[in-house]
Amino acid sequence: MPGSDLIMFEEEFGSVDQELQRLQAQSNARVVFLVDKNGQLIASAGEVLGLDTTSLASLTAGNIAATGGMAKLLGEKEFSVLFHEGEKDNIHISIVDQRIILVVIFDQRSSLGLVRLRVKKSAEALAKIFQSVSEKSRKEGSTGKVSVSPFAEITDEDIDNLFG
Amino acid sequence: MSFINYSSREINVKLVYYGPGLCGKTTNLHYIYRKTNPEAKGKMISLATETERTLFFDFLPLALGEIRGFKTRFHLYTVPGQVFYDASRKLILKGVDGVVFVADSQVERMEANVESMDNLRVNLSEQGYDMDKIPFVVQYNKRDLPNVAPVPEMEKILNHRGLPSYEAVATTGVGVFDTLKNLAKQVLFELKKGH
Repeated sequence: MPGSDLIMFEEEFGSVDQELQRLQAQSNARVVFLVDKNGQLIASAGEVLGLDTTSLASLTAGNIAATGGMAKLLGEKEFSVLFHEGEKDNIHISIVDQRIILVVIFDQRSSLGLVRLRVKKSAEALAKIFQSVSEKSRKEGSTGKVSVSPFAEITDEDIDNLFG
Repeated sequence: MSFINYSSREINVKLVYYGPGLCGKTTNLHYIYRKTNPEAKGKMISLATETERTLFFDFLPLALGEIRGFKTRFHLYTVPGQVFYDASRKLILKGVDGVVFVADSQVERMEANVESMDNLRVNLSEQGYDMDKIPFVVQYNKRDLPNVAPVPEMEKILNHRGLPSYEAVATTGVGVFDTLKNLAKQVLFELKKGH
């Protein structure tokens, strides 16, 4: 199968969380979240209560995928930044390290300029964290350490229970 | 490509419903949505045209419960079935963990089924997947209609791997959960193998 599964450990998750909170505070944003390119929400910070982050994550990935398709048709590698302007809220979407999507939702308390500036800084920090995530996944995969996976001993019954 | 988060103890997997136009992919998701406890499901999103033809995808997140202390989430997607939306179909297959092929049982749709299956094989291989290896279920939908092809005949044409297949009437829910459950099982066992 292409690519490996994204496996996130406690330590890296903490760093990602911290970085998102920093970005949200420094850019005066309402909400900041990270999505992988397949539409899975990785982490979020800010006023997420009442916000359907799962759907937002899936639509964001769809959006990036569609834009990526357009880029290919034009001979571009990707469009790394998308910006949607609304009456009250705006969405700034950018690709970090070619694999993770960083989404910032902000209103009049912030500005596009400030968001762009802060996103750039955070993107570098996040890229570093995700490089160490994939290194760790690779290492633990090759040493067989991930055999502590919750799935190692999964049974038919476990799955039947899911469906009640 | 599943996403395992050891920090929040969550596992997310992506399942895609594929098949020719009007075969009942969206209807499968609608039924699952209707029959799932409110606390186990998120909002269902349909990016469709005014005539309710899928334009980009339908999306339904399901959080059915825990396995070994890990919240297990299934993200169900459909693709647009109409031939000219091929670019969109390719995008939705990115990172897929398992595929349901929904076949339209009506005799006159057999060619469309075959064409869609061939298209799936091509699109999967473009993403680096081998259709003969990924978790896969075939569903023969619309069994309630009068002009359906016999199942053994459909098996011969559409189920080369001899995988589990289900007869279904997605409008009333017949076979819908059996299909989903079997795919979920295959995907989770695949994860077990992988780790």
